[in-house]
Amino acid sequence: MLGATLGAAAFARAMAPLAELTESTSVAEFMQKHYRELSRDEMHKVLRRLEGETERRYGREVTIRDVRPTPGVQFAYALNLSVCIGCRQCAEACHQENNHDRATHNSYIRVLEMENGSNDMERGRTDYDHAVPAPGKFYMPVQCQQCENPPCTKVCPVEATWQEPDGIVVVDYNWCIGCRYCEAACPYHARRFNWERPVVPADEINPDQAYLSNRIRPQGVVEKCTFCLHRTREGRLPACLEACPTGARVFGNVLDPDSDIRWVLENKRVFVLKEELGTQPRFFYFFDV
Amino acid sequence: MIVGVGCGSRDNAERAYGPAVAADAGLHPVRIHAPASLTGLRGSVRDPNGQPTEVPCATCHAGRTFPLPSSPAELGGPHAGMRFRHGTNVCASCHDPASAERLRLADGRVIPVSDAMALCSQCHGPQARDYAHGAHGGMSGHWDLRRGGRVRNHCVDCHDPHDPAFPSFVPMPPPLDAPRRAPAGRGQTGAH
Ligand code: HEC
Ligand code: HEC
Ligand code: HEC
Ligand code: HEC
Repeated sequence: MLGATLGAAAFARAMAPLAELTESTSVAEFMQKHYRELSRDEMHKVLRRLEGETERRYGREVTIRDVRPTPGVQFAYALNLSVCIGCRQCAEACHQENNHDRATHNSYIRVLEMENGSNDMERGRTDYDHAVPAPGKFYMPVQCQQCENPPCTKVCPVEATWQEPDGIVVVDYNWCIGCRYCEAACPYHARRFNWERPVVPADEINPDQAYLSNRIRPQGVVEKCTFCLHRTREGRLPACLEACPTGARVFGNVLDPDSDIRWVLENKRVFVLKEELGTQPRFFYFFDV
Repeated sequence: MIVGVGCGSRDNAERAYGPAVAADAGLHPVRIHAPASLTGLRGSVRDPNGQPTEVPCATCHAGRTFPLPSSPAELGGPHAGMRFRHGTNVCASCHDPASAERLRLADGRVIPVSDAMALCSQCHGPQARDYAHGAHGGMSGHWDLRRGGRVRNHCVDCHDPHDPAFPSFVPMPPPLDAPRRAPAGRGQTGAH
C-alpha cells in the first residue's frame, strides 16, 4: 500500500510548484522513505542529515529527535474561558518554541476576541489591538483540536499526515507535497502553509527539535500544532501552557484517572468547537460557573 | 490505524502508567512558588548586580507592633500609598492585630504570612478546589510527575491580596498572515 504510493508521491512532489527540487533537494531527501516505514537505522541517518542541513542553512547546531508516543497515554487539553484574558502570550510562546518564521510572526495559535454570549468562532476577531480584557468580550485561543475523527488526514493524497496513537495529528514535512487539501479541510483553520522557507535568526532558534514537530519546516509544506510533542511525549507541559499568565490551560493524559485533565472533563461543563461536525476534538473549553 | 514503531515495551508502559498513581509511587514533587512579597519588602537599595534588595518583614516588625489601621489611608511608613480594593474585607479580616508577621483565619487561628494560601482558600473555596486540580493558577514543568517535577504559582503571584483583580495586559502582536473578518488574502496584515 505504502509501496504503491511511493511512486505517486514522488511524482506529485515533482509536480508541486513550490517544492524546492531544483534548488536544494538532495537525492537522499528525494528518496527518503515515508516516516512510518523507516527503520531505526534509517531514521537515525535522516535525523543526522536534517541536523546537518539546519546547521548549514541556519548556522545553529540543533538536535532533532524522533520522539515516539508512550503506550497508555492519550493527550487532551482544556482551556478555561472565564480566566483567559486574550494576551496572546500562548501564541507568542508557540512562535518561539516551534521555530516559526519571524517575518510573518506565525503561530499555531490564534486568539479570537468574541462578543460575550456568542459562541460562533467564525465571528471572532484575531486582529484586536488594545489592552485586554476589553469590556463585553471574552477570548478564545484556537489551535489544532487534535480531532479523534480528523477531516484533514483523510484528504491527504499521499498520507503525509496522520493521527498518532496518543492522539496527536502529525505531518511528515518531508513527505508533504504542499497541495493544501488538509488546510482547506480543517474546520478550525489550524493548519498553516509555508509559503517561504522560514527565516529565524540563529540565536533565536530553539535547538530542541523533533522530526514530527518543531524542526524548521521546508518551504512548500503544511504544518500544525503538535501539542509540542517534543516536550509532551517526555512528560513536559506544552509551551503555550507554561507561558499562560492566567493559568487558563490544563493538559494531561486522559487515561490517568487522577490527572488534572480528567478532573476538568469530569467536573466542569466542557464543550468542543463545532461539535455538529463530528470531528470529536480532544481540545475542550469551559467556563467557571 | 497506525501503531508507532518501537515506542517502548509493555514493561515501560506499566512503569509509566501502572495501577498506583498515588503519591507514594515515587513521583517527583509539586512545589508552590514562594513569592518574595510574603517575606519582605522590595527596598530602594540595589545589590551589586543591580537587583533590588529585599528587606525582610522582620527587620522592622520583629518584636514590634503598630496598631492595625482601619483604612489603608491611615497606613504610613514604608507602606504608605497602599491600594485596597478587596470586597468588604477590612484589615483585620486577614491580619493578626497582634503581629504584622501573622495572618489570622476566620476561626481565630494565626498563621505566618508565608502561609497566605490557606487564608485565601477559606473565602474562595471554588478557586482553591480548582487550583488543587490544576484548573486555576497555572503551572510549569511536567504533566507527568513520574518523569519530573512541577512548580505551581502562588495565589499572590497573580492576585495582590489588597487589590486582587487580575490586571489588564497589553497583548502580544497578532500573527501577520491571519486576518479574520478582514478581506482574505495572503500577506494582508491583521494589525492596524
Ligand atoms: C522598612 C521597615 C518595614 C518593613 C520591611 C515592613 N514593614 Fe510593615 N510597617 C512598618 C511600619 C513603620 C509600619 C507602621 C506604619 C504606620 O502605621 O504608619 C508598618 C505597618 C505594618 C502593618 C499594619 C500595622 C501592624 O503592625 O499590623 C502590617 C500588617 C505590616 N506592616 C505588614 C508587613 C509585612 C507583612 C511586611 C513584609 C512583607 C512588612 N510589613 C515589612 C515598617 C516595615
Ligand atoms: C484578604 C486578606 C488581606 C486583607 C483584607 C488585608 N491584607 Fe494586608 N496582606 C495580606 C497578605 C496575604 C499579605 C502578604 C504580602 C503580599 O503578598 O503582598 C499582606 C501584606 C500587608 C502589608 C505588607 C506590605 C504589602 O503591601 O504587602 C501591609 C502593610 C498590609 N498588608 C496592610 C494591610 C492593611 C492596612 C489592610 C487593611 C486596609 C490590609 N493589609 C488588608 C492580606 C490581607
Ligand atoms: C475573609 C474573606 C476573604 C479572604 C481571606 C480573601 N478574600 Fe478575596 N474576596 C473576598 C470578597 C468578599 C471578595 C469580593 C467578592 C465580590 O465582589 O463578589 C473577594 C474578591 C476576590 C477576587 C476578585 C476580585 C475582582 O475584583 O475581580 C480575587 C481575585 C480574590 N478575592 C483573591 C483573593 C486572594 C488571592 C486572597 C488571599 C490573599 C483572598 N482573596 C482572600 C473575600 C476574601
Ligand atoms: C496564574 C495566575 C493565577 C493564580 C496563581 C491564581 N489566580 Fe485566581 N484568577 C486568575 C485570573 C486570570 C482570574 C480571572 C480574572 C478576570 O476575570 O479578569 C482569576 C480569578 C480569581 C477569582 C475571581 C473569580 C470571579 O469569579 O471573579 C478568585 C476569587 C481567585 N482567582 C482566587 C484565587 C486563589 C484563591 C488562588 C490561589 C489558590 C488563585 N486565584 C490563584 C489568575 C490566577
